[in-house]
Amino acid sequence: MVTERAREFDTQDLLINVGPQHPSTHGVFRMVLEIDGELVKDVIPYIGYLHRGAEKLCETMDYRQGIGFMDRTEYLAAFNAELSYVMAVEALAGLEVPERAQWIRMILCELNRISSHFMFMGAFGVDTGVMGTPFIYGWREREGIIDLFEEISGDRMMYAYFRPGGLAWDVTTNFKARVREVLKSITQGIKDFDGLFTENEIFVARTKGVGYISAEDAIDYGMSGPSLRASGVPMDVRKDEPYLKYSEIDFKVITGEHGDVFDRYHCRLQELRESVKIIEQCLAKMPDTGPIMPEKMPRMLRTPPGEVYLRTEAPRGEYGVYLVSNGGNRPYRLKVRSACLSNLQALKQMSVGQYVADAILVLGSIDIVLSEVDR
Amino acid sequence: MKGIAKSLLTTLSTFSRKPVTRDYPNVHKTLPERDRAFPLLLWDQEIDEPFCTGCHACERACPVECMTVLMKDNPNHKSVGGTSSRRKIIDKFWIDYARCMRCNICVEVCNFDAIAMNNTWTGHETSVHDRKDLVMDLQMLLSQSHAGAIKEWVPVIGQTNE
Repeated sequence: MVTERAREFDTQDLLINVGPQHPSTHGVFRMVLEIDGELVKDVIPYIGYLHRGAEKLCETMDYRQGIGFMDRTEYLAAFNAELSYVMAVEALAGLEVPERAQWIRMILCELNRISSHFMFMGAFGVDTGVMGTPFIYGWREREGIIDLFEEISGDRMMYAYFRPGGLAWDVTTNFKARVREVLKSITQGIKDFDGLFTENEIFVARTKGVGYISAEDAIDYGMSGPSLRASGVPMDVRKDEPYLKYSEIDFKVITGEHGDVFDRYHCRLQELRESVKIIEQCLAKMPDTGPIMPEKMPRMLRTPPGEVYLRTEAPRGEYGVYLVSNGGNRPYRLKVRSACLSNLQALKQMSVGQYVADAILVLGSIDIVLSEVDR
Repeated sequence: MKGIAKSLLTTLSTFSRKPVTRDYPNVHKTLPERDRAFPLLLWDQEIDEPFCTGCHACERACPVECMTVLMKDNPNHKSVGGTSSRRKIIDKFWIDYARCMRCNICVEVCNFDAIAMNNTWTGHETSVHDRKDLVMDLQMLLSQSHAGAIKEWVPVIGQTNE
């Protein structure tokens, strides 16, 4: 009799398909959710819709030609992607980058981190159910930064501005004043987002305790960047293995406590403030004049045989480039370790047992960029 | 409730700010000098012929192979009674704007400063109904510079401001 009654309330699992053409998947990402009522029981992600074979393409091109393709592996933070590639080539070729070029690189990378995080804030706000407002705020702040990039490099998203050895050409003469101007508007933008979200009871109720992942699990999945730091692991390549001039800069590594969606948001918000601080210090320390390329650069750069793995801290985490050279003017093998792909692995762990709407939130909270996942 | 009030105040405060948007098709933003749209060829106004000699340097350096270059003997060369010192000159030139990824490499490798990235709005507003229309021939590539409608910016790699 009891079993009969239990069978009456038996539910059938339902498979629903989200994506690839779905606005909440932040690109062409498809996941199949196995749901029991409103609860997610299983997540099966399908990636590869945006695969362009950037790594393999770079192997058929010389080092300068490859930069354009590395831009496209991460379109929200192309400076950071370029930086990893260019620094790997420099490490292999033994090039010394002039000091001024390093400061400029740092400023541009941090600005790009800020623009990427603003983009996250906007998109994440929409994921939580706030229609439009945060998205437009994010774009507004990002626009100012992108205008600055356009003045310097000429392009709004695919800069192709860093070159092995330094920078392609010098920044504009009013660079420092323009960066300060942009920083002012960024500071206001951070305040806006802080006011809009951080204490908002509806937002907190929507995000606190959702998509929890423990520090151990996060490390096991190979997560990095703000998604890992939100679980309380103070791992930051800028601090652990300082590259460029980060060892001369004073900044904090922001960590969260709970490892939930709210902490992942809050980590990024505080990171914005840290980035502003870093840029201000860079501006104070950066020399006004000086070379931006080593004096003697060959027309066609060739690297000695060898291999190098170089990692930098991109907005979404550790962005590594593994480069093997057999002595020619092009990579023998190029492998990109993108933070997004590793972070995405934890999607199932984070969203099983949550509601369907929360699965979207979890996906948004790791700040997924599909061009970086598929490359 | 305090947090909601705070966030509502944040949205309210934007009413007092100036709009950052533009009425786009009617109002165009002024583009910076370094703006990079698609590449075009430059016209030598002094001798009245293109700068390009058809040396294939850009074609070989292009990562996406969007260019096709053919050269010919210059009919205006000094040896045949002309005014130009260019022995060879460009005959046919095609750039497929649909393939171009605007990486600036063709400009860097050019020995004659004959190619530049378009830094005007005509380079950005290139929408057509057919992809075939995006393959630009020599006449199209030169027309803007021939008419003097572009103030190009041709960077030297590694140059500093002084």
